[in-house]
Amino acid sequence: MHNRDGFVDITDVVCPITFVKAKIAMEEMESGKILEVKMNDGEPIQNVPRSFKDEGHKVIQVVKNEDGTYSVFIEKDGL
Amino acid sequence: MRQVQKDCFSMRIRSVGGQIGAEQLKKVYEIAQDYGQGYVHLTSRQGIEIPFIKLEDVETVKSELAKAGLEPGACGPRVRTVTACQGSAICPSGLIDTSALAKELDARYFAKDLPHKFKLAVTGCGNNCLKAEENDLGIKGGMQPVWDKSTCSLCGLCEVICPGKAIIVSKGDKGDGNLVFTQEKCTNCGKCVKSCPVGAWQGKAGFLIYFGGTFGNQIAVGKQILPIIFSQEKLFSVIDATIAFFAKYARPGERFRSTVERVGWELLEKELLEKELLEKELAETVLPEMELAEIVLPEQK
Ligand code: HEM
Ligand code: SF4
Ligand code: SF4
Ligand code: SF4
Repeated sequence: MHNRDGFVDITDVVCPITFVKAKIAMEEMESGKILEVKMNDGEPIQNVPRSFKDEGHKVIQVVKNEDGTYSVFIEKDGL
Repeated sequence: MRQVQKDCFSMRIRSVGGQIGAEQLKKVYEIAQDYGQGYVHLTSRQGIEIPFIKLEDVETVKSELAKAGLEPGACGPRVRTVTACQGSAICPSGLIDTSALAKELDARYFAKDLPHKFKLAVTGCGNNCLKAEENDLGIKGGMQPVWDKSTCSLCGLCEVICPGKAIIVSKGDKGDGNLVFTQEKCTNCGKCVKSCPVGAWQGKAGFLIYFGGTFGNQIAVGKQILPIIFSQEKLFSVIDATIAFFAKYARPGERFRSTVERVGWELLEKELLEKELLEKELAETVLPEMELAEIVLPEQK
């Protein structure tokens, strides 16, 4: 598991709230800090990391959890 | 198109890629008000029809349409409306400029007489909003990905988003991580290229072609029998050859799919390849500047 400065679980919401919730969590972080976002397989993993890329944040690690979800570690303003 | 009601026609309008100018729409509005019953019908293939045009008004309506640069659409045994999604010009997922391609296809093939109707469609990526495989010939935007080891951070994202499971990333402990790409499993969707946070996947956009789809009385899904094609010129040669094949082998009133099923897919494939259409194209598919050791190439046939 990667070190992290913040965490948000978006497995309890569906599109389009997934990215909205993740984005709000990212807004509370400082530049350079790492946010862990826990998300479901399917549309969230296909879209949320890409949306972060479009906003200039860098995915640094993707970990597959035992329950089938993913933990994506994202560095704020890393791009 | 003739209606149930005597001497009434539902006037089909030629459309390309599902787009119509605002001024043209105004003209459609006027015609529907003045000559129809004040409404239009949107067809399943991105067309507009104005119902209840009377036989005696048909010529007037045609000249009114012409004033706005519009003309009647095609029905009967010929090339129909070329449909398209918005593609790369508008849609973030788009890999090809579908609207521009649809215009070219329309200019080249629209209303060309054939043994039966022939539908062409262009969809910008694997999300397939325009359902390429439903058409006699469907075109889908695709991408051949190329991985650059030196920029890859082995984050693992591409492995989990790849729909073909063509990528395996091993993170490794002491800088000995690696990525293995299996060309045979790659569906050319381009998602790795769009998602990679560091641009380690680069790609060349191209066309995936599906042959023989039909979704009417007979249901059949179009088949991809050629690898991805990169040049638009080659794409047109393939379409020319396909249409020539249909005209040559079809019995009158036979749909393209039935023709291919009857005379054999091998023959279609042979005729497409025979023209040496693809020889150069296939040579170009050789993956440039890749870390070849990391790549599992398809078995030579
Ligand atoms: C991970 C993020 C997202 C995913 C996976 C996603 C996915 C989708 C999909 C698949 C549709 C089409 C649904 C259909 O078939 O009709 C859709 C529609 C829509 N999305 Fe999203 N979306 C996301 C984020 C957002 C965000 C952030 C917003 C706005 C705050 C948004 C607003 C909408 C709206 C308004 C529609 C309806 C569009 C229409 O009906 O024409 N989405 N979304
Ligand atoms: S097929 Fe792809 S490019 Fe076309 S509209 Fe759908 S998502 Fe966008
Ligand atoms: S997404 Fe990009 S950086 Fe991450 S493993 Fe794949 S190629 Fe490497
Ligand atoms: S183009 Fe699509 S199928 Fe091919 S490797 Fe990339 S993500 Fe996988």
